[in-house]
Amino acid sequence: MVPAGASAAAAVLAAGFDSIRKTPVEGCERAPYCMMGVCFDCLAEIDGVANRQSCMIEVRPGMRISRQMRARMMDPKVE
Amino acid sequence: MAISVLIWVQSKGDGAPHYQRWTRLSAQEWSALATELEAKTGIAVDYKRPGGVHLCLGEAEIEARHALMERMRVQSGNFGFDYRIVDRRELTEMLPGLGPAVSGASWTPYDGHANPLNLLHALHQGFAENSGRKRRTLPSKQHGDRGRGSTWRLPYPARRWRDRRAESRSAAGLGNAALARRFGLSAPVKPLKGQILVTERARQVLPMPITTIRQTVEGTIMLGDSQEDAGFDTSQRPAVMQTIARRAVLSFPWLRDLQIVRAWAALRVMPPDGLPIYDQSERFPGAFTANCHSGVTLAGAHANLFAPMVAAGALDPELELLSAKRFDVSAAA
Repeated sequence: MVPAGASAAAAVLAAGFDSIRKTPVEGCERAPYCMMGVCFDCLAEIDGVANRQSCMIEVRPGMRISRQMRARMMDPKVE
Repeated sequence: MAISVLIWVQSKGDGAPHYQRWTRLSAQEWSALATELEAKTGIAVDYKRPGGVHLCLGEAEIEARHALMERMRVQSGNFGFDYRIVDRRELTEMLPGLGPAVSGASWTPYDGHANPLNLLHALHQGFAENSGRKRRTLPSKQHGDRGRGSTWRLPYPARRWRDRRAESRSAAGLGNAALARRFGLSAPVKPLKGQILVTERARQVLPMPITTIRQTVEGTIMLGDSQEDAGFDTSQRPAVMQTIARRAVLSFPWLRDLQIVRAWAALRVMPPDGLPIYDQSERFPGAFTANCHSGVTLAGAHANLFAPMVAAGALDPELELLSAKRFDVSAAA
């Protein structure tokens, strides 16, 4: 548990996870680092949206936080 | 940090066949340069040459592009210029998720892209490992920053340049305009601002570079090729950023889902006619100047063609057309 107003990244760390994403090219494990929106090492898929900076998003009850596995997938369709 | 910059051939040198040829020669040298840099320094410059496309929106743009490509072909003479105008139907097989406004594209096999930061790093490291020596100097503060200063403190006096027994190149970017005069050279370069938008990282989705849109090996997509005459001002302007974003989304509507994580403005080193300037000082033989806005595209020519000329102490006659003498109106009259 984390206090109200804590970030999604803080919640992930408090839950004991030591990795939140895998890097795009080499697939290395990464955990939240700077906790202030600079380093982009805390990227996660939050409520279905990829590449969110979890340290910049306030955690809420029921929020779904998934690991960001490498770069975001796109599904381009001809319009 | 991941950046992708074009090695771009297809639109360079309309009305200046010697520049078209120089750019093509550089693209040809790029593969050897990338291989040599990686072998000598271990730094990969991520050079790829899958050919490149310029997207056209609407019928007028595709007609104008076709006319430009045909002029380039005619001007290339015996050297040849392969291009194709790709219609929308075929283009949908080449690129993912085109917007309805895309009418077609021009394609040439010569275009490619690379990581310019790795290129710069590799060139510096290779230079140092081959006993090269850099002497740094900065323009005096009281004359303003960013190379505007008319006073450059040289590491040693211009007249002693030759005595150093090492040919020297002025490498001051926009500062060359002031620095070149110290050597009796002319390098009338001016700043031309460009703005760039950078998206979050996405899986590889663009198989080839596009004039205004390219994806790095790490996945970020870089947007923009704006040109603004704004002096030495490097501030960003929302109106220009909007134009870049709007055209990108018209080209690929799926780009609207990607977040912009960075944006910046920077200054090109632009000669008056857009063509590079190469000269050797007549007053101080051994001092050379090279100026261009397309330092990455022309890196192949500079490393493998221009540098050997400098080492030999004379520029080839084919570079005479790229001398600053072309700006001397009295000589041309």
